[in-house]
Amino acid sequence: MSLSETSAPGWKARFKRWFHSWASPKWFYEKSARWLPWLSIPAVLLILSGLVWGLFFAPQDYQQGNSFRIFYLHVPAAFLSQSIFMMMAIAGAINLIWRIKLADMAAKHCAPIGASFAILALATGAIWGKPTWGAWWVWDARLTAMLILLFLYLGVIALYSAIDNRETAGRSTAILSLVGLVNIPIIKYSVDWWNTLHQPATFTLTEKPAMPFEMWFPALLVVLGFYLFFTWMLFKRMRAEVVEREFKAKWLQKELTQK
Amino acid sequence: MGQFESIQALIDMGGHGLYVWLSYGIGLAVIAFNVVSANSANKKAEERAKKYIRRQELEG
Repeated sequence: MSLSETSAPGWKARFKRWFHSWASPKWFYEKSARWLPWLSIPAVLLILSGLVWGLFFAPQDYQQGNSFRIFYLHVPAAFLSQSIFMMMAIAGAINLIWRIKLADMAAKHCAPIGASFAILALATGAIWGKPTWGAWWVWDARLTAMLILLFLYLGVIALYSAIDNRETAGRSTAILSLVGLVNIPIIKYSVDWWNTLHQPATFTLTEKPAMPFEMWFPALLVVLGFYLFFTWMLFKRMRAEVVEREFKAKWLQKELTQK
Repeated sequence: MGQFESIQALIDMGGHGLYVWLSYGIGLAVIAFNVVSANSANKKAEERAKKYIRRQELEG
């Protein structure tokens, strides 16, 4: 019990209560049921429209021809795999510092989703590399760093399942994620720091892309769709986790039997 | 449709058909994997919880 809680409930204690209730699994479970359709429907619409546009309507690249259409999967997948890793590390840090269960659950479930996007980025990249560079794989800085990202994801997943105690597992994987976080700027700046085969960024979220609207806009749609899709999947998995952890609680039993 | 004069041209993708369609197939597989595994996690958790609830009711 901290000093602020031993005195009369001042603003500090009330803020703490609000902060911790906001992060309660019960609150999350009850609220998230309503959020899911707001995530799933726009996600499907954005991804479908982006990919249909990219596959059938976007112009081909004057150098790469139609293989360029792989861009509409490869770049969003790469963005997401890196973003998710950062979120996983941040959620892990929140758990380490404040012991918030919901953050622990979020971090745990970021890993498989992020790993699947990393696999998508690597696979589509390799397939795209064959007609473009003549090679499925080169050990250039960006590709190698992305492969390391996948290994980090798999390491987090393996470490979590190897530890029996749930709290220890969460804290250990949080530390691993934070250590691995250094890889993210390496991936991002690899094309600037090293002589790489992988081209420098043509599509970023901060600058005007070096390509016409009909080419970059569908990619943006897919990126946004993927973010919503990730959030949807994360919340679904977190809901399952809440049930796994709290099924003995009366409030959850009521929820489940009311369905 | 769109940039392609025929279905054949769409499949062929100017010689890059294998690369493009393989990539999109993997994309579909990744999305499907995510949806299926999230759904099965939910189902498993709910079944476990419901079994516990039923046992509680039986034991009274």
